Amino acid sequence: MSTLPEVPPLLEGMAAGLREVLQHRGIWRPCLIGIHTGGVWVAQRLHQALGAEEPLGILDISFYRDDFTRVGMNPAVRPSQIPFEVDERDIVLVDDVLYTGRTVRAALNEIFDYGRPRRVLLAVLVDRGGRELPIQPDVAGLRLELEPDEHIKLAGPDPLRLVRVRRGEG
Amino acid sequence: MARRSLQLDEHGRLRHFLAIEGLGRELLTEILDTAESFVGVTAQAVKKVPLLRGKTVVNLFFEASTRTRTTFELAAKRLSADVLNLNIPASATVKGETLLDTLHNLEAMHCDMFVVRHADSGAAHFIARHVRSGTSVINAGDGRHEHPTQALLDAFTIRRAKGGFGHLVVAIVGDILHSRVARSQIHALTTLGVPEVRVVAPRTLLPAEVERLGVHVHHDLREGLRGADVVIALRLQHERMQGAFLPSEHEYFQLYGLREEHLAVAKPDCIVMHPGPINRGVEMASSVADGPRSVILQQVSHGIAVRMAVMALAMGATHRREATREVGTKGERA
Repeated sequence: MSTLPEVPPLLEGMAAGLREVLQHRGIWRPCLIGIHTGGVWVAQRLHQALGAEEPLGILDISFYRDDFTRVGMNPAVRPSQIPFEVDERDIVLVDDVLYTGRTVRAALNEIFDYGRPRRVLLAVLVDRGGRELPIQPDVAGLRLELEPDEHIKLAGPDPLRLVRVRRGEG
Repeated sequence: MARRSLQLDEHGRLRHFLAIEGLGRELLTEILDTAESFVGVTAQAVKKVPLLRGKTVVNLFFEASTRTRTTFELAAKRLSADVLNLNIPASATVKGETLLDTLHNLEAMHCDMFVVRHADSGAAHFIARHVRSGTSVINAGDGRHEHPTQALLDAFTIRRAKGGFGHLVVAIVGDILHSRVARSQIHALTTLGVPEVRVVAPRTLLPAEVERLGVHVHHDLREGLRGADVVIALRLQHERMQGAFLPSEHEYFQLYGLREEHLAVAKPDCIVMHPGPINRGVEMASSVADGPRSVILQQVSHGIAVRMAVMALAMGATHRREATREVGTKGERA
């Protein structure tokens, strides 16, 4: 089992990649939204690195999950906070680990209940493969191919580090 | 203990919501925390979340109510459930076997949740004991017993205004004897850690041995309000006037009706609450009901978020239970 890389260099790479994508697509005032909990940590770092003007948005997708009828209500749900108008804006959705794509699907649905953004980009710290939906990141700090029974998550907030978790823990 | 096991599943999660009595601080706090997240849903352009999409909620009201039924209906709709409102006039025939017939008919139509209000204490418990395992029951007021969602929305309003419960003096004023709201409030506030809950009422409107619920009893309004952080006035039911409980509404207002001058002895930042609908000039003066300390309309808004939380948690636990059972069965076959 190989060791997982340090997070700070990955964040630097992400910030550089995101700057490039934003410039290429002509986005000057991006609105960053982090997905609870790890996505918010990553989004905070990116927000700072980019010097973004718009305040950071926070999304808890518990009310939009597709497995409510199987696992019930998430007991640790926290309020979503989108402190800007979503209509006609360029959104950068940020998460820590991209796996099946179901969390991103739920986040997109929630964002669209706030308004109709012009564009939504996806930036993730780690793309670990194993997608179950047609969702791909625009920026990824690290790309890995993990086995279905291998899982990693972001621990934090200070310091941020990637850790392996056994099935059922993540 | 029977009641406790009826409300909770084997993992201690809320399956039905029938009474505050028997629920612990952790669970009540979980409901309040969940409600906090639902408050934000009204900030969305689409004031809805898809949690209960495809589920059917039946408001089964055997007793008239506008506000409670409306907020339950809105709560269910904001969770994307389909809602059926049934107002069944309470009469001697709507009991026992007939009630069960109504219930089984609705279950045959694949309804997933019943919100029940009934003039008889224990009606929601009765229904919860007879529904199928995939159905949840929420008590929206049963006789003189409990009105648990009202008590939780009151607690939620208090927590938002005061930041917590651990330092508060809460005075509940009015007809404690006949009030299911007061019973639920007393259980909720003491469980959540309010150090001093007072009841302020004439002797005729207090249940025997009310102190056993952990409250301080006052018969004088000014004494009862002294130093209070929260003042809750209860609704005085007109029908109580016909009995020997009270001489007249006018006299009640003279002795127990909240006016500005009474609030002078309470904390300067005290809040005034009322479960509604208000009898102006009976439980409180209009100047108090519409005054700067009144949070009565916030209570109404919070009622929706708290009812969304209760419905989402109960339905979630119920489905989880069903899903586990299905997986278990499949496993056995394999």
